[in-house]
Amino acid sequence: MVFEGLSTRLQETFRKLRGKGKLTEEDVNLAMREVRLALLEADVNYKVVKDFVARVKERAVGQEVLKSLTPGQQVVKIVYEELTQLMGGDQTKLNLAAKPPTVVMMVGLQGTGKTTTCAKLARSLLAQGRRPLLVAADIYRPAAIKQLQVLGEKCNCPVFSMGQENPVNIARAALEYARSNGRDIVILDTAGRLHINEELMNELKDLKSSLNPHEILLVVDAMTGQDAVNVASSFNEQLGLTGVVLTKLDGDTRGGAALSVKAVAGCPIKFAGVGEKLEDLEPFYPNRMASRILGMGDVQSLVEKA
Amino acid sequence: AKTRQNITEKVERLIKTSRRIDDEFFEELEEILIQADVGVSTAMELIDNLRRAVKQKKITEVDEVRGLIKQEVVSIMEGSDAPLNKAPEGPTVIMVVGVNGVGKTTTIGKLAYRFKREGKKVIIAAADTFRAAAIDQLQIWAERVGADLIKHQEGADPGAVVFDAVNAAQARRADVLIVDTAGRLHTKTNLMEEIAKVKRVIQRTYADAPHEVLLVLDATTGQNAISQANLFKQVTGVTGIVLTKLDGTAKGGIVIAIAKELDIPVKLVGIGEGLEDLRDFSAEEFAEALFSD
Ligand SMILES: Nc1nc2c(ncn2[C@@H]2O[C@H](COP(=O)(O)OP(=O)(O)OP(=O)(O)O)[C@@H](O)[C@H]2O)c(=O)[nH]1
Ligand SMILES: Nc1nc2c(ncn2[C@@H]2O[C@H](COP(=O)(O)OP(=O)(O)OP(=O)(O)O)[C@@H](O)[C@H]2O)c(=O)[nH]1
Ligand SMILES: [Mg+2]
Ligand SMILES: [Mg+2]
Repeated sequence: MVFEGLSTRLQETFRKLRGKGKLTEEDVNLAMREVRLALLEADVNYKVVKDFVARVKERAVGQEVLKSLTPGQQVVKIVYEELTQLMGGDQTKLNLAAKPPTVVMMVGLQGTGKTTTCAKLARSLLAQGRRPLLVAADIYRPAAIKQLQVLGEKCNCPVFSMGQENPVNIARAALEYARSNGRDIVILDTAGRLHINEELMNELKDLKSSLNPHEILLVVDAMTGQDAVNVASSFNEQLGLTGVVLTKLDGDTRGGAALSVKAVAGCPIKFAGVGEKLEDLEPFYPNRMASRILGMGDVQSLVEKA
Repeated sequence: AKTRQNITEKVERLIKTSRRIDDEFFEELEEILIQADVGVSTAMELIDNLRRAVKQKKITEVDEVRGLIKQEVVSIMEGSDAPLNKAPEGPTVIMVVGVNGVGKTTTIGKLAYRFKREGKKVIIAAADTFRAAAIDQLQIWAERVGADLIKHQEGADPGAVVFDAVNAAQARRADVLIVDTAGRLHTKTNLMEEIAKVKRVIQRTYADAPHEVLLVLDATTGQNAISQANLFKQVTGVTGIVLTKLDGTAKGGIVIAIAKELDIPVKLVGIGEGLEDLRDFSAEEFAEALFSD
């Protein structure tokens, strides 16, 4: 899949147009066709793309083209800035409880990386001198508990489990355990589930109402396509998300799901998973994600030039 | 399934509410395709062909258009509904590959169950020695369906596991040997080479094996699936696709582009987490589900 960067494409589009001056509506329309294509090819949701393009267009028409830029570069700059802004500032910190323990719930579709992310988070918190507790609340997937235990052992974090007991009971007992054993952050690994599975979504609602978690993090696979908006909006409506973790960014996906999820759920993307190892968790950088979605490594320098 | 209703309803609505076959109509159709992860270029191509056909055949009825798109999709996916390959003699060897978390291990459980019900002797090789508790997970599946499991310790060489599994298959006169492999991103060259090595180990004993290399794709995946299919095909010689998680709201439209560009058939679909949630893929049904009742 050869994907030309948006930058290159736009240069091409604008080659025939005159050099400097103001961006006319016609210029911008031409450019927006390319922007739309680039975003769709990056898996940004169709409707999100539509809104985004309309907004950018409005901002771009009539703008003075900077001396250092061509009209194509000018549009790229505007697109990039809007995209970065849309994906939010560098809000990568966890909400911590004023009075510990902090409760973090990890939720999401099957196989997105919840269990791995729980352990990655525990590892990073341990490194910061905190005392996390991992809680095995996935009672469905074969060997889910064992998986969390193995990962807990790898990062030296205790794992609380009670077998196939009801998740609400497990979580309550885990909270009790954390209080009496001085663990200050409780990280709950929940089973993967479809957002349309009423019974399992109710289980999460029950967990939420009995734990009052400080963070409910939706784990989203960065390779997700158009369905990301359905998943994120549904989880958000039913649970009220506080943040998102985008996983599997170590591949070659453009990761347009990031934009889709941000657009519909509104909450910040807090972390990025960049590998299978427990140290492969990073803060999320909106500007890097913007260049990635647009397929351009050169944006930063372009924007700095301006 | 619920999945299919959404898109079907959309098309139905579109067909009922719009009376004229105009640009707006085609645009909405394109939107439906793109939202099903068909991809921009494939969607545009489908629509272009449709436009041409509508013009050529002087079609004025919106209803007829539906039949045409369906036909178009079926013709692309044709050949996809071929059954799984079988070994002419000796055990049929099936390797299961794919990126992380798509449903490989679960699919193996379901597939083993299907073979067991056909009265076959099934051996499963736990060649994912990397992921935490991957072996335990597969063991639970093997016990559920009554298949033999060949395993080593976590961290062992996958090639060695498969070597033992091949020997066991011979000694125990197994009908089917299914090999689970660790999830890995297609872009990681050294890990991809590891699968190629596993394949060579199999071929040392059975020159015509593996009879199937099944690439598992998650239906929620977008355009990246093309890159996955492309690289897995290059390195492991994928013979078929299993499209999982079709019980969600994702449509898995990307397999159309994959069938078209890479000529890899879809053989099976996963529609849940239970033993029985595996179906044969049918091009007819797939197209029908996309575009009609
Ligand atoms: N390459 C890569 N793989 C990842 C990343 N995060 C998780 N994985 C892998 O993705 C697969 C699924 O991860 P899990 O943590 O088991 O996912 P889960 O969401 O807990 O899955 P369920 O509990 O079955 O819903 C495993 O193979 C992980 O090693 C990541 O950032 N990059
Ligand atoms: N809803 C649904 N879930 C599925 C389906 N197939 C698998 N899953 C779930 O997806 C998650 C990941 O499945 P696995 O079989 O562990 O995936 P894998 O590809 O072996 O994962 P790794 O070995 O970590 O790469 C599990 O929670 C499965 O129950 C399906 O068809 N529908
Ligand atoms: Mg899990
Ligand atoms: Mg597996």
